[in-house]
Amino acid sequence: MGRLAPGITSGRLSAADYDANFSDLHPPLDKHEALVASDRCYFCHDAPCMTACPTSIDIPLFIRQISTSNPLGAARTIFDQNILGGMCARVCPTETLCEQACVRNTAEERPVEIGRLQRYATDTAMERGVQFYKRAASTGKKVAVVGAGPAGLAAAHRLAMHGHDVVIFEAREKSGGLNEYGIATYKSTGDFAQDEVNYILSIGGIEVRHGQKLGRDFTLAHLEGQYDAIFLGIGLAGVNGLGVEGEDLAGVEDAVEFIAGLRQARDKASVAVGRSVVVLGGGMTAIDAAVQAKLLGAEEVTIAYRRGKENMNASEFEQDLAASKGVTIRHWLQPKRVLGEGGKATAIELEYTALTANGLAGTGETVTIRADQVLKAIGQTFRVEGLGALEMKGGRIAIDAEGRTSHPKVWAGGDCVKLGEDLTVTSVAQGRDAAESINRALAGAARSAA
Amino acid sequence: MADLRNNFVGIKSPNPFWLASAPPTDKAYNVERAFKAGWGGVVWKTLGSEGPPVVNVNGPRYGAIWGADRRLLGLNNIELITDRPLQVNLQEMKQVKMNWPDRALIASIMVPCVEEEWKAILPLVEETGADGIELNFGCPHGMSERGMGAAVGQVPEYIEMVVRWCKQYTRMPVITKLTPNITDIRKPARAAKAGGTDAVSLINTINSIVSVDLDSFAPSPTVDGKGTHGGYCGPAVKPIALNMVAEIARDPETYGLPISGIGGVTTWRDAAEFLALGAGNVQVCTAAMTYGFKIVQEMISGLSDWMDEKGHRTLDDITGRAVPNVTDWQYLNLNYVAKAHIDQDACIKCGRCHIACEDTSHQAITHLVNGVRHFEVKEEECVGCNLCVNVCPVENCITMVPLAAGALDQRTGRTVDPTYANWTTHPNNPVAQRQAAE
Ligand SMILES: Cc1cc2nc3c(=O)[nH]c(=O)nc-3n(C[C@H](O)[C@H](O)[C@H](O)COP(=O)(O)OP(=O)(O)OC[C@H]3O[C@@H](n4cnc5c(N)ncnc54)[C@H](O)[C@@H]3O)c2cc1C
Ligand SMILES: Cc1cc2nc3c(=O)[nH]c(=O)nc-3n(C[C@H](O)[C@H](O)[C@H](O)COP(=O)(O)O)c2cc1C
Ligand code: SF4
Repeated sequence: MGRLAPGITSGRLSAADYDANFSDLHPPLDKHEALVASDRCYFCHDAPCMTACPTSIDIPLFIRQISTSNPLGAARTIFDQNILGGMCARVCPTETLCEQACVRNTAEERPVEIGRLQRYATDTAMERGVQFYKRAASTGKKVAVVGAGPAGLAAAHRLAMHGHDVVIFEAREKSGGLNEYGIATYKSTGDFAQDEVNYILSIGGIEVRHGQKLGRDFTLAHLEGQYDAIFLGIGLAGVNGLGVEGEDLAGVEDAVEFIAGLRQARDKASVAVGRSVVVLGGGMTAIDAAVQAKLLGAEEVTIAYRRGKENMNASEFEQDLAASKGVTIRHWLQPKRVLGEGGKATAIELEYTALTANGLAGTGETVTIRADQVLKAIGQTFRVEGLGALEMKGGRIAIDAEGRTSHPKVWAGGDCVKLGEDLTVTSVAQGRDAAESINRALAGAARSAA
Repeated sequence: MADLRNNFVGIKSPNPFWLASAPPTDKAYNVERAFKAGWGGVVWKTLGSEGPPVVNVNGPRYGAIWGADRRLLGLNNIELITDRPLQVNLQEMKQVKMNWPDRALIASIMVPCVEEEWKAILPLVEETGADGIELNFGCPHGMSERGMGAAVGQVPEYIEMVVRWCKQYTRMPVITKLTPNITDIRKPARAAKAGGTDAVSLINTINSIVSVDLDSFAPSPTVDGKGTHGGYCGPAVKPIALNMVAEIARDPETYGLPISGIGGVTTWRDAAEFLALGAGNVQVCTAAMTYGFKIVQEMISGLSDWMDEKGHRTLDDITGRAVPNVTDWQYLNLNYVAKAHIDQDACIKCGRCHIACEDTSHQAITHLVNGVRHFEVKEEECVGCNLCVNVCPVENCITMVPLAAGALDQRTGRTVDPTYANWTTHPNNPVAQRQAAE
């Protein structure tokens, strides 16, 4: 039917268009480019980039290693701190993390390309299949990790390194969490998420049991009896609803579901998308959903956000990316109702908002935009059964600085806790640190038992 | 407009930029292109005796070191003198000189240390119409193993002897090219002067191994698994060359002897520095071999614009201007006190000044002030060594500011003495004390 077919349909573009649209946003650097890029690093003292990285990678060191033609040494420096350094190199919003802190911004408003250099090093090691870590002698301790997302994988790897036996319980059919199901396709192309999972698991000592959902197939109490420690990295399973009329019409979907479907589709031509798409929200998910809807061939894609540009969680870079792909971003608009015909969405009525003394409020004035698809990206929520009496904070699992929950045998990290930003790299840092804390606790227990 | 015309020991050229004797001047084709590009003169690739020419290796002859972005900083070569028959070179030189009468054309010569050899070649060269000759006493590899090049340049007596022969057997001006592979460059310069040379040129290349191939464990350039030391040149050798030029320029025994400055000249600024230290003109090799002949356009316009800006009208206004300011360490003013100063607006907060000073010098630069990343000089610790200035990636961000006479030096607790006082009279100098006691 082609590009302008009404309703939600697949195959809007040519095969060549799909290929071009879903290729790498930032293609990998070749050796020459990496050498040139690495030459720009000043090898700062107490480097600000390193402080800005949630996993505290020794950035000046790994860049220097690249510049001396030692990409494997560079990869080791990265993996020492962040075993998902390959994914982080692709998905980190470096413009608000390491690269924002780079002193070259002050010098010439162009940071060292830390993310791409990190990818160059980690890709080199992974492509050559070089493993840097061996398991320590077995401790005989068993640790359960729930969730095989970035937090769970980082924790499992570190625990295995320390010689503990790890079992990961994962509800889905594949490991990787949002790396597999959520990250924009143009950030992580091909099967990189699974390649990385395999690279991490090849350290050994980690068993993954898929289709095992906490709250459905087992409870925390079950695990407690069988494991010396438990790490929860279960992310945010719930999605906020709109609570407006017409939400149940066909065509109104969760943005996260939409992206997951897209990520799992081998052939992007099989993914259906509306001709007119409206995305509700102002974060990274909203941007990713909107951009990918556009890349799938939607004619018009609008992001409607209920506050101003400065309040958007999506970075300036992400907003510019969306604009460059032809997405329209409209501010100060909240959903009022979805209009439909024959059970299918056809348009959305949005109400203008303004800040009042009592916070954000609708002004009563509305606008209606054509929409055969409405993607909800207004936030994810923590939702899980079977946790027992675990203490919560701000709707998520409460933890201390090393990831300990209110339960002495249970640690948690990643999106399911309220600490730091909801980012892949933050989740990795929390998983890793919790694993170190678990290791200390288990070693302490072993000592006092002896 | 500044007047760039050069008169070097009577040899005239439209500008002071000559190509040094090397591959860029090996044959008419290259030299024609060089003159078209604007070079003021060339020293033709070194000629050897009549007969079968020397042969070069058939594998790699160059090695290099690089800076950031693979910018070539130092080049090394194991090439010999011209490997073309003498007659071919002489014919081409004659033709080129006829085509370009306003440009300088110098013949570089290296023949065995035998009077008959020099006597034989000089008239042949003279016949080409060349403006002068340069005696190659510098080539540090290959030729020196055969008793020529640096093997002569390292023995002042030989230099004097050969120069004398040349002055005897030709009317052409004689430029003696010196090797830097010697402890005291003044010795060969004095010998050349004693032999009657019209000028010296320096430096030729420096003995060097630029790198080792860590797979084959052989020096590079590697010829069938083996390497040898080669001659080093390019930007990296400029400081060594500048010092040697200055040594000769300020030596009372050679004072006033014309010098053609060579070694790492890459920009107009390099050239101006050589001139300031006493050179009458400069010769260039590596820069041309790296970027091609067009670079001379930058050199000409850069030197001319700078001279205009500073009000220097001719090259004579510049030559030797820095020589009186080159002195021995013992005469430096020990009462002069300077402190580093960091321009906070220019600072990009990389912290390199701090860590350099903290780890390797005088712990005189802050890192955190009230918990905030901030780099500032602690005057009470700063010895004014200039290391921070040199490691800072931003030009003019850190500068050395002299303390005015009478100001308090917070490090020593003493006020700055306006008088000049050097080591020769310093109380800590045992020799000075002995002299005072006598
Ligand atoms: C659309 C989208 C785009 C994003 N883009 C970026 C980006 O570009 N850059 C970036 O840094 N961050 C991005 N993020 C955020 C990032 O993906 C998350 O912060 C990160 O994945 C969180 O890791 P996690 O391990 O805590 O959780 P998750 O990645 O969500 O993994 C949790 C895992 O636990 C499993 N699980 C859940 N509940 C249960 C249960 N009850 N029992 C067993 N297993 C369970 C899940 O199946 C999943 O495998 C994005 C998020 C979304 C939604
Ligand atoms: C490949 C090569 C060959 C050279 N051959 C000669 C030569 O035949 N005769 C000579 O006097 N100097 C020779 N030199 C030395 C140069 O003339 C010059 O003195 C030296 O390279 C330093 O100048 P630069 O730093 O500008 O290159 C040669 C240099 C190079 C790189
Ligand atoms: S801040 Fe930028 S320039 Fe400095 S070390 Fe880090 S990456 Fe390099």
